[in-house]
Amino acid sequence: MSEKYLPLMATIAVFVILFIAGGLLYPNFFSTLVLGNILGDNAFIIIAAIGTTFVIISGGIDLSIGSMIGFVGVVMANLDSAGWHPLASAALMIVFGAGYGTLVGFIIDFCEIQPFIITLAGLFLLRGMCFMINLDAVPIKNPFVLEFSDMGIPLFGGGWLSSSAIVMLVALVVAVIIAHWTEFGSAVYAIGGDAQSAKLMGVPMRKTTLKIYALSGTYSALGGVVYALYTSSGYPLAGSGLELVAIASVVLGGTLLTGGVGFVAGTVFGGMILGLIATLINFNGSLNGAWIMISGGLLLFIFIVMHRFLVGSLKFRAGS
Amino acid sequence: MSAIIELSGISKQFPGVRALDNVEFSVEPGETHALMGENGAGKSTLIKVMTGALQPDGGTIRLAGKEIRPESPGAARAAGIGAVYQEVNLIPTMSVTKNLTLGRLPRKFGLIDWSAARAIAKAKLARLGVDIDVERPVGSYSVAIQQLIAIARALEDDARVLVLDEPTASLDANETERLFEIIRDLKARGLGIVFISHFIDQVYRISDRITVLRNGRRVAVGTVEEIPSLKLVSLMIGRELEHVEHQRPSTETVTSSKPILTAKSVGRRRLLEPFELDLRPGEVVGLAGLLGSGRTETAKLVFGAIRHDSGEIAIDGHPSSSHSPKSSLMAGITFCPEDRKSEGIVPELSVRENIILALQSKRGWLHLLSRKEQERLTAEMIAALNIATPDAEKPVGQLSGGNQQKVLLARSLVSNPRVLILDEPTRGIDVGAHAEIVTLIRQLAAKGMALLVASSELDELLTVSHRIEVMRDRRMVGEISGAEATREKIIQTIAAAS
Repeated sequence: MSEKYLPLMATIAVFVILFIAGGLLYPNFFSTLVLGNILGDNAFIIIAAIGTTFVIISGGIDLSIGSMIGFVGVVMANLDSAGWHPLASAALMIVFGAGYGTLVGFIIDFCEIQPFIITLAGLFLLRGMCFMINLDAVPIKNPFVLEFSDMGIPLFGGGWLSSSAIVMLVALVVAVIIAHWTEFGSAVYAIGGDAQSAKLMGVPMRKTTLKIYALSGTYSALGGVVYALYTSSGYPLAGSGLELVAIASVVLGGTLLTGGVGFVAGTVFGGMILGLIATLINFNGSLNGAWIMISGGLLLFIFIVMHRFLVGSLKFRAGS
Repeated sequence: MSAIIELSGISKQFPGVRALDNVEFSVEPGETHALMGENGAGKSTLIKVMTGALQPDGGTIRLAGKEIRPESPGAARAAGIGAVYQEVNLIPTMSVTKNLTLGRLPRKFGLIDWSAARAIAKAKLARLGVDIDVERPVGSYSVAIQQLIAIARALEDDARVLVLDEPTASLDANETERLFEIIRDLKARGLGIVFISHFIDQVYRISDRITVLRNGRRVAVGTVEEIPSLKLVSLMIGRELEHVEHQRPSTETVTSSKPILTAKSVGRRRLLEPFELDLRPGEVVGLAGLLGSGRTETAKLVFGAIRHDSGEIAIDGHPSSSHSPKSSLMAGITFCPEDRKSEGIVPELSVRENIILALQSKRGWLHLLSRKEQERLTAEMIAALNIATPDAEKPVGQLSGGNQQKVLLARSLVSNPRVLILDEPTRGIDVGAHAEIVTLIRQLAAKGMALLVASSELDELLTVSHRIEVMRDRRMVGEISGAEATREKIIQTIAAAS
């Protein structure tokens, strides 16, 4: 097997080890019920993180994910009050996410602005717009929300693959196909590997940059839709700080922040590892919730150091 | 015969520089046309115009009689103009397959057909006689293999013009010969080849016609018979070239004093067999050998950038317990790396900042050099090395290759080193700058500096070195000095070691 899969394998191994460790520590942990819940509870953040993976592989960053999740929820809740069907408002918000991302991509490419700054501006802008619309949580009352959370596929062993999890898995399959079986996917890896060379090799830079951020906007809006349906409400503070959790999931999944290297599938496992840690600490019951962040932080640190050595062993050099 | 590609009246203006001034250039089918000129003569600009990387301010490009205006490298390639640029331009983190097929990946049902892509990649490489694992990232292969991958990429099935910018700069003799066979084969198929190289003998071996550029103007065009090498060189530099070739350095500068640096059976397992080396004041020691023989590794090990795991390095007779780049710099030993793009210059920083970089870090950030002092030192270096830059604040990335190399040299020289280690000091730069650097090396030795020069060019080594250490297969196989140092003797030594 090629060494390029090593970081991905390491991520999956950590997930499996944590899951088995949970099973040994707590009765009933090792079940499809727990697995299904981890998938369902973290689906929205993993969906958003999948979009971020493309941005990070291309060497960029997207900080506006959390605000997008909050904004989508608030708009959907208000449209619900105005009588819109949640699916109609979801479709509108996904189109908004794509449009917003395209604009971000255009500004990055045309004005040559660092993605960090422009998406930070997006973070403030979208969050501010949440507060302009509402200061409080607004429930989504349409009966479809209940139907949505009741939908799902039963798993063997009593587990349940919720509709959120199904949306996430479909989003994953689409993302994997985009990343590995389209010309655009290869262009993303090329730009992240060496933008100058990619340009000389004839990669359409503007088109690709626009598409990358449009994709990220679409996925974070979809994450927002799933979150709104999952919580059946819109809250202006929802999703605060989630952009960093998404970036952590991407990095835990083996994607390099320097760009060019990474896997969408790794991000899903990265996000699930973070969810698994939270579940483990909840199962313990006596541990302070702070341990969720502490262990997440430690794991992130260990992974980054490990990737450094793995990548070092590949002897990647700047093209010369 | 009508030209396959014809550029006429091409002009290009950059801020402060007229890079191309009404240049004519044409290539006929089945012809290898060498494009020659000094650094900054406009070769790179002309190629960029031809391949769509730059748009000319004036002039026309005709491909097979039809006017084209390529707006991007992709558009030019689609039209049939392939190019391999001076520095290999591939994505090091991506697989060989992706690098070779990016932009025209085969599809099945709208999705990329990877098994077909692998087959295409393998077929492209097979044309160059290369058989490697196409799934591995390009960055895991040597520079020579990367070069061949880049050429394979440029060779479209329906390419009509292939531009090769310094394609042999990092190839050894066998690889160069293989490349020439490929070029001859492509010529036979009716392709027009644009060949740029600073190896003049290679230009005469492979080319049919030569165009010479100087300061953005075309100064001559003709067949290789019409432009013999001496005429070519004088056309390129616009002045009579000092005859430095094979003029062996005088031994007068070598003082018999104690060596500054002594390496006693120093080596590193699996990288370099143990070797002996002395570096004395006023002496230039050359490191000769084929590509991959361990020249660069030896230079880096002496500097401390590669740790040795056997033997002992002594500086001024004192064993250096932890030999590292830092301890070397403190002892007055500096190193100019081979790969200036990735290991040397910082292209975004100005000429002044690049030159001051090493000196400032040696002094520590508490002892800041005043701006005035920096400017004085920079001006001194620009004058001493004849660096062609409009001013000291220009980003180094905007200078030509030869001038970037000089900036790198200036960085080493500004701290007044006692030992200077040069790895391929003239790679990818042309005759005029080459001669200047050769002269500079001699001057430095005459001033009492000890130099270690690793180079793939035997003529260059013979011209500057008092002693030549010959390397083969990561082993030092012989030392040649004095009158017995000739091309033949070095080649014999390399051959005899097998």
